[in-house]
Amino acid sequence: MEELLAQVGGTVSGGLQYVGALAELSGRAAYFTFIGPFRGKPLRIQSSVTQAMEIGVRALPILSLITFFIGLILALQGAYELRTFGALNLVATAVALGMTRELGPLITAILVIGRSGSAFAAEIGTMKVTEELDALTTMAIGPVPFLVTPKFIAMIVMVPCLTIWANFMGILGGAVFGVAEADFTVGRYIQASLDALFLRDIMTGLIKSLMFGVTIAAIGCHEGLSTGAGAEQVGRSTTRAVVMSIFLVVMVDVIFTAIFFFMGPQ
Amino acid sequence: MQQVDEIGPSTETMISLRDLRVSYGTREILHGITFDVQRGETLVILGGSGSGKSTLLRTLVGLEKPTSGEIWLKGKNIAAISATEMDQIRKKLGMSFQGSALFGSLSVGENVALPLREHTKLEQSTIEIIVRLKLEQVGLSGFENYMPSQLSGGMKKRAAVARAMAMDPDILFFDEPSAGLDPIIAAGLDELILKLKKAFHMTIVVVTHELASAFLIADRAVVVDKGHVVAIGTMDEMRASIHPRVRQFLNRAPDPDVSEEMDYLQMLTEDNRPGSKSGDKRGA
Repeated sequence: MEELLAQVGGTVSGGLQYVGALAELSGRAAYFTFIGPFRGKPLRIQSSVTQAMEIGVRALPILSLITFFIGLILALQGAYELRTFGALNLVATAVALGMTRELGPLITAILVIGRSGSAFAAEIGTMKVTEELDALTTMAIGPVPFLVTPKFIAMIVMVPCLTIWANFMGILGGAVFGVAEADFTVGRYIQASLDALFLRDIMTGLIKSLMFGVTIAAIGCHEGLSTGAGAEQVGRSTTRAVVMSIFLVVMVDVIFTAIFFFMGPQ
Repeated sequence: MQQVDEIGPSTETMISLRDLRVSYGTREILHGITFDVQRGETLVILGGSGSGKSTLLRTLVGLEKPTSGEIWLKGKNIAAISATEMDQIRKKLGMSFQGSALFGSLSVGENVALPLREHTKLEQSTIEIIVRLKLEQVGLSGFENYMPSQLSGGMKKRAAVARAMAMDPDILFFDEPSAGLDPIIAAGLDELILKLKKAFHMTIVVVTHELASAFLIADRAVVVDKGHVVAIGTMDEMRASIHPRVRQFLNRAPDPDVSEEMDYLQMLTEDNRPGSKSGDKRGA
């Protein structure tokens, strides 16, 4: 029993330590983003734009495809139950709310984890193994402002942007079903979706996606920076970055969804 | 030959170590290292795998924190200064890493230009001229636009030296310059080090286990064994040394079986310590 408690305690303190390390890294990145520029440490705009292209623009085709089908699936699943009540016209509402409040941000985050969170860990991890991080340090160039901060900036800008696009594509996917099976025209379906949405639905989704972006960047960079010696460690860091990111994104999702639920209009 | 010279830091002393101790966790790697490096001198740190010579070099450039002792670099004790002050000192240190550590995403020219872009307000055209000059000094003129992956091992090391010299450092550090290179290319790097020393009167510290290289380039050598300095002196003094470990090292005699097992264990743990690189395996 005592052993079990010790194990639970160890796991909890390990977890808190991990989250603490992520918070510290995020804090330092935030310093170099918001305070550094006023203290003579210019932002690396070009590097941030390159990262934003990689995280955001290059992800658009695959994100569009996935969220389009997610919207369609949501419509089909919603209609399965709504049909029995003869309320098939509510399918637009179901899709619009499901996408903007939950699935848009979540699917976007998971795609970004797979494309970019893993890439951060692999890139920084390889640099660690090949002594490039040490080389940066000996040249008096900090790895956090040089490598991590542009990735943070790109993430907090691009993940919400991608989420807006994902919401739109999801609703479009739902519209395919609406037009084919539920007597909507495209115009009426879009109108019905817009009527169903309040600004707060969209905003809660975007606030969550911003937090997801911070989480993914922090974990990807942290795993890269804490890579051990040897090529196999880079693979391990990359895997850990993906698994931890998915887990913590879901945790952040739970926390923020709960906050919005209890703080929302009763 | 003197065991450990105790001359205090003078103006001509570039590096001065006093009873330097470094530990990883609870295991002490360096047990009180004391020596000086004079201006314009080439000092070679000799030692086998797991002797602590790489740790010593990493501590000298501020990559590892000493647990106790003093490291005076140009009159400042880097064991007791802030990170900002350390960065000021680092701008005048050049380090050439064992695996060259060029940034793979930047061209050779951009690699050399990076410290200049970060730390100076020089015009782009001026930076280009400096880059060309530095690459010429290491025999790589015309390779500005090559990516590091397109260069051979020897050329990568030369490019890394050019990058280390970009800021006109006062002290140049080399970690195993000839590791992983064939003897001809390795001899070329020794030539380069000699040339830099003659042309720029640079203070150079080289960590190596290559005896041939040490005999060629060293003004003085320090032999490190199991975290202790066992001998300091010119290479001629080394040849005349009667210290058993020095004799063993120079004669390339293997350890007797019993301690070999311990050394092997030590070497393994050394390579697996956090933050180490698989360098010794590559280099040996």
